[in-house]
Amino acid sequence: MARMKFLADAERCIECNGCVTACKNENEVPWGVNRRRVVTLNDGLPGEKSISVACMHCSDAPCMAVCPVDCFYKTSEGVVLHDKDICIGCGYCFYACPFGAPQFPQDGAFGLRGKMDKCTFCAGGPEPDFSAAEFKKYGRNRLAEGKLPACAEQCATKALLGGDADVIADIYRDRVLKRGKGSEVWGWGTAYGRPEKKPAAQPGAKS
Amino acid sequence: MKRLIVIGAAAVLPLIAAGCGEKATVTVYIQGQYQGKPDNQPWDSEQFKGDKVAWEKAIKARNLGQNEYVRAAPAAN
Repeated sequence: MARMKFLADAERCIECNGCVTACKNENEVPWGVNRRRVVTLNDGLPGEKSISVACMHCSDAPCMAVCPVDCFYKTSEGVVLHDKDICIGCGYCFYACPFGAPQFPQDGAFGLRGKMDKCTFCAGGPEPDFSAAEFKKYGRNRLAEGKLPACAEQCATKALLGGDADVIADIYRDRVLKRGKGSEVWGWGTAYGRPEKKPAAQPGAKS
Repeated sequence: MKRLIVIGAAAVLPLIAAGCGEKATVTVYIQGQYQGKPDNQPWDSEQFKGDKVAWEKAIKARNLGQNEYVRAAPAAN
């Protein structure tokens, strides 16, 4: 049985936010809720690193452990989902999650907090597959269509991989082996395994 | 008194050890429910009509399609 996971390659991510946009578009996520975000370290400096973060569908999910109303469940594909009809919007899962995945829609002048919303690995929710209720509450159910999450499938640089953990781990391992290693451990050469050719030295040029 | 302490310790030890227990991470799907929450298996959708093999084949193809080293022909340098 597949165990669905995301794998983000910081060497390849170019902070295009295509995954964030694809997620919002595919699931029609409301304003103020970001099921996926791109986090950049050392922004603007040489060697900056970006990584796409959402629910990582933990094998032993802390959100499931702390939920006082037990609204979470894990599918046989390893996807962590929740039932919005049971959720009370307490926010414990937000404090427990190391990735900040649980999101809470806020509305009104006093920031009324709604029911928790998070990445579903494009697997919908407890409502019948492809129903209007499922789409409204949880977004599109691509997994039941035989597809993988929109964020990973649209990633132009394939920095974000999503799917069966064994398969994507093999893809990543293969990629790392092709990259090799060297003094320039970041940049195009590292990401794509083709070291840039240095231009021939010009006569009289300062070195 | 010593006997009482031993009995007390024997009673408390299993409770302390219970804190080190690990919750089972294996998911069980019983009567259309995961841990009491109803949901369908992805291959039970209208598209696959319960054909698990066809669903797994479709997902596997999508999985492998993410490897551009296999998908694209190597560029001639």
